[in-house]
Amino acid sequence: MLNEHAKLLAVFRQTGEIIGRKKLQKLIYIAKKLDFPFFEKYQFHFYGPYSEELNLRMEEMCHLSFVTEVREKKSGYYQYRYSLSDQGDEFLKLSKYHLPETKDVLNELNEQSSKFLELVSTVLYFENLPKEDVLDKVFTLKAKQNYSVEDVEEAYRFIDHLKGKCECLQ
Amino acid sequence: MAERYGILEEEKVFKDPVHRYIHVRDELIWELIGTKEFQRLRRIRQLGTTYLTFHGAEHTRFNHSLGVYEIMRRMVDNLGQKMTWDPEERLVCLSAALLHDIGHGPFSHSFEKVFHTDHEEWTRAIILGDTDVHTVLKGIGNDFPQKVSDVIAKTYSNKLVVSLISSQIDADRMDYLQRDAFYTGVSYGHFDMERLLRVMRPSEDQAVFKHSGMHAVEDYIMSRYQMYWQVYFHPVTRSAEVILSKILHRAKDLYGQGYQFLDKPKHFYSLFSGKITLEDYLKLDESVILYYFQEWQEESDPILQELCRRFMERRLFKYVECDPSAQMKIWPELIQLFGKIGLDPNYYLVIDSSSDLPYDFYRPGEEEERLPINLLKPNGDLRELSRESDVVEAISGKKRTDHKLYFPKDLLEDQRTFADEKKRIMTLLTAQEG
Repeated sequence: MLNEHAKLLAVFRQTGEIIGRKKLQKLIYIAKKLDFPFFEKYQFHFYGPYSEELNLRMEEMCHLSFVTEVREKKSGYYQYRYSLSDQGDEFLKLSKYHLPETKDVLNELNEQSSKFLELVSTVLYFENLPKEDVLDKVFTLKAKQNYSVEDVEEAYRFIDHLKGKCECLQ
Repeated sequence: MAERYGILEEEKVFKDPVHRYIHVRDELIWELIGTKEFQRLRRIRQLGTTYLTFHGAEHTRFNHSLGVYEIMRRMVDNLGQKMTWDPEERLVCLSAALLHDIGHGPFSHSFEKVFHTDHEEWTRAIILGDTDVHTVLKGIGNDFPQKVSDVIAKTYSNKLVVSLISSQIDADRMDYLQRDAFYTGVSYGHFDMERLLRVMRPSEDQAVFKHSGMHAVEDYIMSRYQMYWQVYFHPVTRSAEVILSKILHRAKDLYGQGYQFLDKPKHFYSLFSGKITLEDYLKLDESVILYYFQEWQEESDPILQELCRRFMERRLFKYVECDPSAQMKIWPELIQLFGKIGLDPNYYLVIDSSSDLPYDFYRPGEEEERLPINLLKPNGDLRELSRESDVVEAISGKKRTDHKLYFPKDLLEDQRTFADEKKRIMTLLTAQEG
């Protein structure tokens, strides 16, 4: 019953709070690219890989009170904090869904800034391109974020690190 | 830019019920329409199983793709009065509009859910792979196919061009809302497109709309909102999609178990094994799928046979409104009862949620995830639509989620066997609706 919903609830159980819609979007995308069983459909939007399906699913889970959403005013924009509610926890128990061992990876992703995850997810989105083309894409499509070559290198190192970690889990 | 394709000696036109005429002057566009990959779209309906609810909805991805091209042609001409188009950039826009859906497969919504394929990836594969489309595009220049692919993937450097084909108010949506309204026969989905095109202005990242045209934009947003609830989220169509998905699931499971089909489903083999090639993919269309559904009605597997008969005879599942938080309390009992009466709940008891549907509502672009629709004030300032329009603001905050529980009511009403269990199931299901 609603396995894809239960899967997201399991993410919140493993990570605790996730701050920011962008961070959540990029976190699930990166986990999907690491072959964790997420099937939300992503498209490249103006700010990187984005899933309307995930967005709507989160909205559903907020309406169902499975997830607690707190909206905070920041300078010039609103930020959202998400966590698992008691009702969501109960649903997860009854659904009997078990997410594979992803806690370490998800927590490590959750510790990163959403700006860095945006870069990591963009690099992963173009992973089939040669590195120089990826740099070109990052500097063209993400001009406003002012990423440096070193930032991109750091993103590559982080991806290698995550992939290594995932191999150890298998 | 290469000279291989120029302007046709005489303009070609397609008669179209939505836009009256679709005008083709560029040889490139004419050649693309003639490719076998584009012609395949004639055999894929635009709205999948919606024809089982609205019998007129037989229009195809071919009609829609031509319509998007025509709107883009008008946009490019209109914007050309305010800016100068590079000739190749103009062709990039027209080609991307025409080809934006070329990777769609038959009943692609269900297919993508079951087989985890992505029509946008197939679109890229068709444009960049060994296809007639690729050969035609290369006639403009070696890097031209990549440019067209980048626009469709929204990774092209010119964001204005990307926004014309995919943003919250773009050529794709403008066509499908009007076309789907026309063919389903509903009275929603209509808006003043001519006015929208007239008030559209180029800006750095996207097209914006003159503030004086706000009411035309409101009309478009309202049409979109009504079409979602009246057509795209229609519960009967969703029932047909549920059954279609379950047929595909069953066939896939049987294949995995080594089941011997009476008629070998060779078109599905690569899908079942998850190793589908472009050549295999392009062979799939709705005629092929419906052929197998026809054949599978004779299979010995009772689930596959029964679901296919249901689909072909339009004996769809019934539904009740569903609140998953209440549902979870009775779910174990329902599962047990379904097992007892011999109905596998994996195939005959299905919750369908709005997040499983492929359409999205207008969002004002919070946390920068989506570009909002911006209005251009006379002093040059940009204002997000819902901050200026009470009508749009009123529907932007509305609930957009919905869950339904689908089940074969006809089988449950057959009281010749397991009468008590079936009665109990119906009691549990109907109690959900309050």
